[in-house]
This record gives sequence, C-alpha cells and structure tokens, in this order.
Amino acid sequence: MSTVGLYVPGDGPLYRLPAGAKLLALLLVGVGLIAAADHRVALTALAVALVLYPLVGLPLGRAWSVLRVLWPFLLAIGLFQILFGEWQTALRLCAQLAALVLLANLVTLTTRVREMLDLFAWMVRPLRHVGADPARIALVLALTIRSIPMVAAAWQAAREGYLARGLTGYPHLLVVPVIVQLLRMADATGEALVARGIDEATRR
Amino acid sequence: MLRLEEVRHSYDGRPVLCGITLELAQHRIGVIGANGSGKSTLARTLNGLVVPDRGSVTMGEWDTRRHAKHIRRRVGFVFSDAANQIIMPTVAEDVEIGLRSLGLGREETERRVEAVLTRYGLDGHRDHPGHLLSGGQKQLLALASVLVTEPEVLVCDEPTTLLDLRNTRMVHRVLDGLEQQVILFTHDLDLLDGFDRVLVMDAGRVVFDGAPGDAVDHYIGLMDGR
Repeated sequence: MSTVGLYVPGDGPLYRLPAGAKLLALLLVGVGLIAAADHRVALTALAVALVLYPLVGLPLGRAWSVLRVLWPFLLAIGLFQILFGEWQTALRLCAQLAALVLLANLVTLTTRVREMLDLFAWMVRPLRHVGADPARIALVLALTIRSIPMVAAAWQAAREGYLARGLTGYPHLLVVPVIVQLLRMADATGEALVARGIDEATRR
Repeated sequence: MLRLEEVRHSYDGRPVLCGITLELAQHRIGVIGANGSGKSTLARTLNGLVVPDRGSVTMGEWDTRRHAKHIRRRVGFVFSDAANQIIMPTVAEDVEIGLRSLGLGREETERRVEAVLTRYGLDGHRDHPGHLLSGGQKQLLALASVLVTEPEVLVCDEPTTLLDLRNTRMVHRVLDGLEQQVILFTHDLDLLDGFDRVLVMDAGRVVFDGAPGDAVDHYIGLMDGR
C-alpha cells in the first residue's frame, strides 16, 4: 500500500473545509515559504505541519510514514547544500520541502477523492472552449490515482514470482513481467469502463 | 429479450463463435463449457463489449453494433476478476461513477449509492480504498457498482472463479435474490441449481440447450470423452 495515503474518514475541522480552500491555503503557504526564504520560518512551518496531524485527528504515524519516504531526498539535498552552499540554506530547503509535502498529504488525507476531482473538473472547465472534456480529464486523474496500487500489486506479484524461483541478482528480469501485467490490467480497466458505460467507445 | 442471430466471431483468423442463434428469455440462464469454448467471447457480445464479425445481437429494437450505449444501460456486466473492474479509488466513488452517465441529480445519486452499499453490506467501507477489500468484498463491490444502475439483465462472466467457498456461496445468494434476468457463464456447476435453462458450449458452438441437470450430464460426458 502507498504510504502517501488517500482519504481517511474523519470529522475534524479540516474535513469540513472545501477542497478548493485547502488547496488555495497550500498554495499560499508554498508561495509564502519561498518568498520568506528564511530557515526559521521554514522550521516553524514544519513544526506547524507536524502539530496539525494530531489536531485534525490523524495519528502522527501518518506524518512519519511520509517523512520516511522523503528522507533520502532530504539527505541528498541537505548534503549538497552543506557541501556547496550554506547550512542555513540546507536547513531551509529541507524544512520547506518536508513541510509542504506533509501539508499536501494532509489535504489528501482529509479530502474525498470525489471532491478533489469535482474541483479539478471545475478548474479545467475553460478547456471546453478548445474541445477538451473536463469530466474525461477528471476521470483520467481518478484512474491515475487508482493505478498506483495496481502498479504496486504488479510489482509485488512479479517480485514474488522471481523470488519463488530462487532468482537473485537479476532485477532487470522483473521489467517484462511487470509491463505485461500492467498492460493486461490497463486492458481490463478499459474493458470495465466500456462495460459500465463510462466510455462509450466500442470494442471490435 | 436478448436475441442472437447467426453470430460469428474470430480472433486473428481463429474462429471462436461459429454461427450462434439464440433467444435468451428465461429468468436464470447458465452457460458452461471448457476453457477456450467461446464462453467469454459470447458473454462479451451480450452487452456490446465484443461486436461480432458477422450476425447480430439485439435487445428489442437495439442492436449492439449500432446502439451499444443503449444496450449497456440495460445489460450489466460482471467480470471474473473484480479487482480489474474497480475504477475509482474508494468504494462509494466506484459505485457512484456508473451513475454519472444516467444524468441523475446529486441527491438521487447519493440515495442510490447508500442504498446499494447498505444492501450488500459495504456501507462500513464506503470511504475505504476498493483495492484493499477482500476478494469476496471486491466481487460484491463489482456487483453493487453494476446493480446500482438498475440494469434489466445481468451478465456474469465466471464471477466466482477467484473466490473461496464461503464467498462463492455469498455471490450465489446475491445472484439468487436478484429480480433481474441473470445470464451466468461459469465453471462452477453448483451455481446452476434452480436455473431455468443451461447452455453447453464447445468449440464456439452451443452443443446442448436444456434443463440444468441434463446440461451438466452432457458437459461431463463431453469432458470424459477427451
């Protein structure tokens, strides 16, 4: 399962805010952090992001699991900046990145995917004038989110098959079975879309 | 009523349906046959997922070749691997997406989603990711997602293949309780108890058409002869 999770049911104050307001706030925080360009401001934002998790009723473990995924990137950025720049810059960049990812994850965890898709469909409505279908664009986004666990499952299945046959040291052998599985899954999803009348293209 | 007239279809020159003519009027119809007998292709012709190379599949005035959209609204389809049928990230959203094309209002959509989730015992999972459900729950979700659109006919292509005995029985009970016409393609001969009519397929043809007991006997005889 992806550690950067989808919606977690709850009834805290953040759940009651509309998706648009949360995304706008996230955007403003991002712009503010970059404009301030100060490591103390960035560290404060990181602390606030961490405190927000328990405040909205989510376990702090959710925040740690995000940081666990992020730490190699933070380490690389931090080391690079310390070696070629200043420690304050390293601290600021790492804190900014961690704070923004934690806050973005908080938005995801407290917003139903449907709300997010409705907002997205509303945002891309102007594209109707150039022939694009906002509902279809939103569906593509939903399918992209849905595909994350499918890719993980395909990888897991291929890896188990690889290990079950006693293979080690040839990770490139996983590429073909994963791609084949993903193509099959994509084909089956396309068939399901058609069968459920969501895409009216006809198979022959 | 679904009607097939001289339906022929082939993949890369290999015939899989060889001139099938049927009228599917009974409330419960089963279709059995060995792997590669053409069952899945036949199932897919019934709601226009596969348009036959020759012949026609019609429902009343609609033809799958020209009116696939209308037929799909009346003929629901359930696949054997429910995981592939789950399109949206969460359970409620997956049930809801099928209703969008019906143009229902928000309240009616939510009422139907809640009703179907409650009916199939999925109301406690409404905001959970569909892919994290158990195999049996996934198949229930697949059924709920199709039944929420209130189709007149439900075509099921081996819906219990990936399920254990308990979940197979659960799906059996659900199918048994439906008011809709059910056309069930299956390897599980126990599911055919109480059916009105069972077809046996072999090499792209319907080789037997009759009562469940006789059809199963015919099928077993066919397999014993190989």
